[in-house]
Amino acid sequence: MKVSMFITCISDAVYPKVGEAMARLLARYGVQLEFPEVQTCCGQPAYNSGYWNEARQAALTILEAFEDSDFVIAPSGSCTGMLHHYPKLFQDDPINLAKAQNLQRKSYEFSQFMVQVLGVTDLGAVFPHKVTYHPSCHGTRILGIRDEPMQLMQNVKAMELVPLPFAEDCCGFGGTFAVKMSDISGAMVTEKSDHVLESEAEVLTGLDMGCLMNIAGNLRYRHKPVRVMHLAELLYEGVSGQ
Amino acid sequence: MSQNAAHTKSESNNVKPASVKERADLALNNDFLRKAVRFTTERLRDGKQKAANDHGHWEEWRERGRQIRLHTIAHLDYYLNLFADNARANGTHIHFAATGEEAVKIALEIAQRKQAASVVKSKSMVTEELHLNTALESIDVETIETDLGEYIIQLAGETPSHIIIPAIHKNRYQIAELLSKEAGEELLPETTILAGFVRRKLREKFLEADIGMTGCNFAIAETGSMVLFENEGNARMVTTLPKTQITLMGMERIIPSWSDLEVMATLLPRSATGQKLTVYMSGISGPRRKDDGDGPEEQHIIILDNGRSEQLGDPEFQELLNCIRCGACLNACPVYRHIGGHAYGGTYSGPIGAVLTPALNKNVDQWDDIAGASSLCGACYEACPVKIPLHDMLIYLRRRKVERGYGDKVEGLGMKGFGAIMAKSQRFSNVMKVGRIGQKLLVRDGGIPSKLGPLKGWNNYRIAPKLADESFRESWKGLQEELDKNSREMDPVIQKRMEDLLAKRKLEELEGGAGHD
Repeated sequence: MKVSMFITCISDAVYPKVGEAMARLLARYGVQLEFPEVQTCCGQPAYNSGYWNEARQAALTILEAFEDSDFVIAPSGSCTGMLHHYPKLFQDDPINLAKAQNLQRKSYEFSQFMVQVLGVTDLGAVFPHKVTYHPSCHGTRILGIRDEPMQLMQNVKAMELVPLPFAEDCCGFGGTFAVKMSDISGAMVTEKSDHVLESEAEVLTGLDMGCLMNIAGNLRYRHKPVRVMHLAELLYEGVSGQ
Repeated sequence: MSQNAAHTKSESNNVKPASVKERADLALNNDFLRKAVRFTTERLRDGKQKAANDHGHWEEWRERGRQIRLHTIAHLDYYLNLFADNARANGTHIHFAATGEEAVKIALEIAQRKQAASVVKSKSMVTEELHLNTALESIDVETIETDLGEYIIQLAGETPSHIIIPAIHKNRYQIAELLSKEAGEELLPETTILAGFVRRKLREKFLEADIGMTGCNFAIAETGSMVLFENEGNARMVTTLPKTQITLMGMERIIPSWSDLEVMATLLPRSATGQKLTVYMSGISGPRRKDDGDGPEEQHIIILDNGRSEQLGDPEFQELLNCIRCGACLNACPVYRHIGGHAYGGTYSGPIGAVLTPALNKNVDQWDDIAGASSLCGACYEACPVKIPLHDMLIYLRRRKVERGYGDKVEGLGMKGFGAIMAKSQRFSNVMKVGRIGQKLLVRDGGIPSKLGPLKGWNNYRIAPKLADESFRESWKGLQEELDKNSREMDPVIQKRMEDLLAKRKLEELEGGAGHD
């Protein structure tokens, strides 16, 4: 069985620790990941902005990278969600359309893979902190990820999981939106961090580094010492003590 | 008369900035507006959520609603004809208007023929789309909005900023100020006092009016009837007191039958305000009959196209015609929450407006950038009672603009670069390496606070992260070796789960299934 990691460009370039935590966690269950180096980015920035030719250029690297994989795992609901749009990108290209449909079937976001595929909900993690969780929009609304992260978090020992007010509201990231409509996005992320602060959590976690980079950047700008980490990082720290 | 002066105020005295960004900035700097919009949208969306939960089978009914709308729009020509035939048989005059100008012309001709001095209106977004009030005032017909929110907006000389709550952007102090001016005395900012004043004022207007004008929530093809949902009773006054009634409706307002209305009547009030049913629901089938206690002597329905048929047969946008104008997408939208409705710059605001306004206009070059004012979070789709994929449509609009050559030039160049870099992993690797060298001068305490050039928009609100010293792909070899050295045997239970999933997927692939969610 070939299980492949789709690192996503943002974790590759900015947050490699997220990929490392994911690989280490999976290794504990005997899942030997492989990493196809031809992969780049899912193409979402171009797709969302309306540049579908450019999105296809990126998408082709992903189709090629994972053509022979049995399972593809990514530490992002949004980038995994983007793979679900590939059939639209290749609707007039029967060969790549078939590959796109195949990729959609075998792709999983990290928490989905843990719970749905491995059937693991209790990793034996201990994490003695007050934590809140931001459910990212694409993971929740495109992929339907709701229970999986909850199951994983509820089984973490010594962790106090506190609700995030208005959790389902977008953090204002939206890729190029955050730059093009920077003041609207700024208002959104400011409110999101206000809610994080209101929760009084020490740690904010989630399943998407795009959203977490956005919120962490705003918290840091405001000198608020909330630690922001991907759920894979939190769980790995919880099982390894590091 | 003082009220005349207020009523004849046209919209032209509100000069709107040209771009959505500038309009949004006005709203973002208006704390009153933001607070008022937040307060009411929260109340509405919580109400909707509760109503949907109480209903118990919301998702099934949403799907039923969607199917009714899909079916009707797919056979719109048939149902429009059926509606027109049945309405005419009831004694209603039916007019078809291809454009907004045509619809206005028809309405003005009726008003002139009736020598009307005044028109009372119940809430109608279509008449807003046509700027019908301004047109009526231009031929000296006094036009009075009788929905409380619309009346406030009219006094303020503004346009509605929400599909169902036109004055959502105003708080009660601002409203008291407006109404005090109209009353010629100071009214306390208390709901009963303010509503009491408006009620007395409007009662006179209802009795005087020559024409009652309404919109239409649903038109029932099987009996040629029109249905109105409202909470204030003003629509009922508008449709019973004046001798002539004119209804304006978009051509897509049709549903086939009264049994379909049961589904729509379940979805619309719950989605709009969280009510199980609005206070009033009126079904009107033609003008007053011999034995009727009240009703207009003459009834007209003007059916408007005005760009709607552009969506027919378009696989990406036809579902736009399924909209039942409940406003749930506005209340759910995190962008609307911060910028309100006027920032959208069109008659319709929020996510539906961001799609509808460009879609109704076939000239791509005249499209504003409102489709860009979305983070594509999908809350609109989730809230929509007929499941219109607005978040996808926003992307299709952006794509059409780019493909027809009206995209932003700088962004276009950036995307060309993006495509080229992401086409080859080696190029992506090199860009990361160059970026690491480039960022050296900018990094402070592990972050990048600089507001220079392209970093400005982001860093006005954030500190950007720096590129990692070693990318994941660079660290992978070492990590993989370490993990391989300590590799564990896979638990046979997990092994079997994975093999079963794989076998199941192969089977589904043969059958052409869609796979896991």
